[in-house]
Amino acid sequence: MRSEKTIYFILIGLAVFLLLNLGVYARSYGRSDVFKEDIYEPGTLKPRDSVLKVKVGDRAPDFSLPAVSGGKVSLSQYLNKMNVVLSFVPAAWTPVCSDQWPGYNIVKYIFDQHDAVLLGITVDNIPSLFAWTHRMIPEGDNLWFPVLSDFWPHGVVADKYGVLRFDGMSERATFVIDKKGVIQYIAVHDINKRPPLEEMVRELGKLQN
Amino acid sequence: MKRIFIKLLAAGAILVMLFNAQPIGANSTPKKGGTLPAIKLEVPEDPAQRSYLGLSGEGLFDIPQIKAESVIIQIFSMYCPLCQREAFRVNELYENIEKDPNTRGKLKLIGIGAGNSRFEVEIFLKTYEVPFPLFPDGDFSIHKSLGEVRTPYFIGVKINDDGSHEIYYSRVGGFEKAEEFLQLMLELSGLE
Repeated sequence: MRSEKTIYFILIGLAVFLLLNLGVYARSYGRSDVFKEDIYEPGTLKPRDSVLKVKVGDRAPDFSLPAVSGGKVSLSQYLNKMNVVLSFVPAAWTPVCSDQWPGYNIVKYIFDQHDAVLLGITVDNIPSLFAWTHRMIPEGDNLWFPVLSDFWPHGVVADKYGVLRFDGMSERATFVIDKKGVIQYIAVHDINKRPPLEEMVRELGKLQN
Repeated sequence: MKRIFIKLLAAGAILVMLFNAQPIGANSTPKKGGTLPAIKLEVPEDPAQRSYLGLSGEGLFDIPQIKAESVIIQIFSMYCPLCQREAFRVNELYENIEKDPNTRGKLKLIGIGAGNSRFEVEIFLKTYEVPFPLFPDGDFSIHKSLGEVRTPYFIGVKINDDGSHEIYYSRVGGFEKAEEFLQLMLELSGLE
C-alpha cells in the first residue's frame, strides 16, 4: 500500500515535469536587447482562444482605426488599389509580438513586389503603441507600415474577424485581402510563436497584382 | 495486475525523468572560461563559405572544427532592431579582420539567427549584405542551449590545436566601434 502511494507520487511528479516542459517548448521567441528589461512575460497562453467569423472567399469586413502616426486608416481606402495584409498581434510590450513586426519592417520590398500594404493591428491604445513602436525601430527611422489601435470600442475589428480572444487580446493572426476586398488567406497562429515569414510571402505570391 | 501496471508505469516515468534530466531553464548563458554547448551547424552549400570556414563535404559540423585560432559567434535575429541597426558595424568587423594579414585566416566570424529559418536568415544576409556565413536556428534549439540570450549577443571562442576550445568573451549587446571591438577580441583570445 505504501509503495503504491510512492508510485502515485512519482507519477504525479512526472506529470508536473512534463507539463512544465511542454510550457517551455510551447513558447519560442528571441528578444532584442533594444527592449532591455521592459518586456512583460505573460507565460505560455492557450494557443488559440476565439472562433473565426470570416472565411476565405468572404468580403473582408471594413473598418476604420486610428493610426499611431495620426489620422485614421480604413480598409476600404485600399479597395481596387492595393492588396492588404492584416497582421493582428496580441499585445504591445510582450515577447513574441516585439519579435515580429521589426522583421516585417525590413521587407517592405516584398510587399511592394506584390502591390501590397501591411496594416499592423493590436487592441492596445495609441500611447502604448507609440512608445512600443518607437522603441523597436532604429533611431530616426519609422515603421513603414501603419500601426492601428483597435482599443476602443475595445477589439471591435478583431471581433468582426473573429480573432478577439476571451481575455480581450487579439489572436496572432494574418489575413491576406486582395484588391477586390476578398479574403484570400487566413492564418490564426499559435499565440506563443512567431509565424515564419515565408508563409506570408508565399501567400502574397499567390495574389494577382 | 493493476499493481504490476502501476509499477511498470512508475519505472517508465523514472526512466523518462533520468533521460530528460535537464531542468527547465537550466541552460545558462555561455561563461567565460567555459565551453560551448553541443551546437551542430550545417556545412554551407556555398563553396566560398565552406572555404572561409575551412570545411569540406556535407552534413553537420561543430564550431571548433572551423579552421581558425579563434571564432566570433554573433547570435542575431532578422527580427531584432539592434541587429538590424548594427549590421553594418559587424560587416566592418569582418572587413577589418580580413584586410589585416595578422588576423586573416586566424579569426573567423559566423552568425546564428535565433529562431530564424533559412529564408529569414537569407533576408537578413541580402538586406545588410553580410559577407560572413550565417546559419539558421529556426526552432530556437541553439538559442535555448545558449540560455536564450538577448540579441545581439557575441561569443568569442579560442580553438586549441588539440581541437578543444574555450570561451573568452560572452556578452549581450553590440559595439560602437569595430576597430575597438576587434582589438578587444585579439587581446582576450591571446591572438595578440
